[in-house]
Amino acid sequence: MDLHPMVPGLAALEPFLDPLWRDQISQRGMEGFDTQSYPPNAPKTVRADWRPADGSKPACTIEQLRAQVLEPWGISRGIVTPLYGVQLVFNEDMAAGFTRALNDWTRARFLDEDTRLAASIILPMFNAEHAVAEIERLAPDPRFVQAMVLVMGETPLGRRHNWPIFEALVKHDLPLAIHAGSSWRNPVTSLGWASWYMEDYAANQQAFQSTLASLITEGVFSKFPTLKVVLLESGVSWLPAFLWRLSKTWKGVRFEVPWVDRSPIEIVRENVRMSVQPFDAPEDAETVDRLMNHLGSDEMLLWSSDWPHWQFDGPPRLPPGIGPELMQKICVDNARATYRRLAWETVP
Amino acid sequence: MPRHVVGPVEEIPPGARKLVEAEGKRVVVFNLDGEFFALSDRCPHQGGPLHKGPVMGLVESPCPGEYRYGRAGEIVRCPWHAWEFDIRTGRSRFDPRRMKVRAFPACVEDGATLQAETFPVRVEQAYVVVEL
Repeated sequence: MDLHPMVPGLAALEPFLDPLWRDQISQRGMEGFDTQSYPPNAPKTVRADWRPADGSKPACTIEQLRAQVLEPWGISRGIVTPLYGVQLVFNEDMAAGFTRALNDWTRARFLDEDTRLAASIILPMFNAEHAVAEIERLAPDPRFVQAMVLVMGETPLGRRHNWPIFEALVKHDLPLAIHAGSSWRNPVTSLGWASWYMEDYAANQQAFQSTLASLITEGVFSKFPTLKVVLLESGVSWLPAFLWRLSKTWKGVRFEVPWVDRSPIEIVRENVRMSVQPFDAPEDAETVDRLMNHLGSDEMLLWSSDWPHWQFDGPPRLPPGIGPELMQKICVDNARATYRRLAWETVP
Repeated sequence: MPRHVVGPVEEIPPGARKLVEAEGKRVVVFNLDGEFFALSDRCPHQGGPLHKGPVMGLVESPCPGEYRYGRAGEIVRCPWHAWEFDIRTGRSRFDPRRMKVRAFPACVEDGATLQAETFPVRVEQAYVVVEL
């Protein structure tokens, strides 16, 4: 999972837009909604050997996805999650309108083209009613197996104004995927803006920590105990140390959040899943084994690729020291348990 | 079990507590509205002195945003890491089954009975007694 087809340009969305928004592309002279997280020409956005030699657009067609991922790696099921920035527009009506078009583009250009594919519902998060409406619109299609938000939003994700979204997700058995990246409503660090790309990328880890802390302390998992949260491109090895501090502090200030009735470590093991790309550990089986012990669960990790982004190490592999049983869990069983909709056979 | 006379009942009014040392142990005795409870003064975590910890009621919640606050003064929090312990049982709030501070039986007996056991007490007073 964590496959990111790229929208080749705003024109690609036109067939899927309401006339109102379609005409505004030309009336307003809109150029595109590529987010600064992944500028189309930046080297990190597409690994160099995945850019077509003829200069045509990379990573935007089903043929490219098949040739670069599905066929060479023998992928039986893949989840596509476009990161085009339509849902981040400040005008919340426009954000909802273009996000609907993006989700329909994903359905037509990928889901309808290859039965191996499932997709994320991209959520317009600046209006919870819009996000709920998009979940309700697409949930009847079982090929949408999760919903996706970026880790850096406008406010901490667990706040109660987002609860109608979580309620809708639980109702439809849809996990909430949280992907690295910013909505550019706040600086990417709590210190202010970073100067360099490596600062920016590392800052995502802080955002994942704060987001997990928000979901737990606000009581999201107490209110919605069946909600599954999947962290995408979050890194893995930071989690035990972070949970140690969160759980240690909870023992002393539990009275502030009396609805947190279990240790945050237990809550995360039950409700949170993580993709293995990147893993963030040395090439040393013993260290990886220790990390797995610290995680304390073999059901949390899901295989991912991050195609076509450069951060992906490829070819596909797992951290060293992962035995065959755990490999089966990471590559197959954990995904099946997390995404029960993958087993739904009916396609409308 | 060895019995130890903590002192006259009047010495520990409701809401108050008293640290006693006997049989090589440090024990803090609480008066909860006329009922007496004794806990080891050593927090099971790192040995923090519970007799110096703040007390409060118990905060519970049926769901996020709803608070139930009751049992005023029945929770003592270790001064070092603020872990909550139920004064009635010694059990911690965050892991009542596995994390608890040792509790000792405490009761009130009148001086006449205690005098018969050769404790140096006055017949006309009632005393707090702990079994250590």
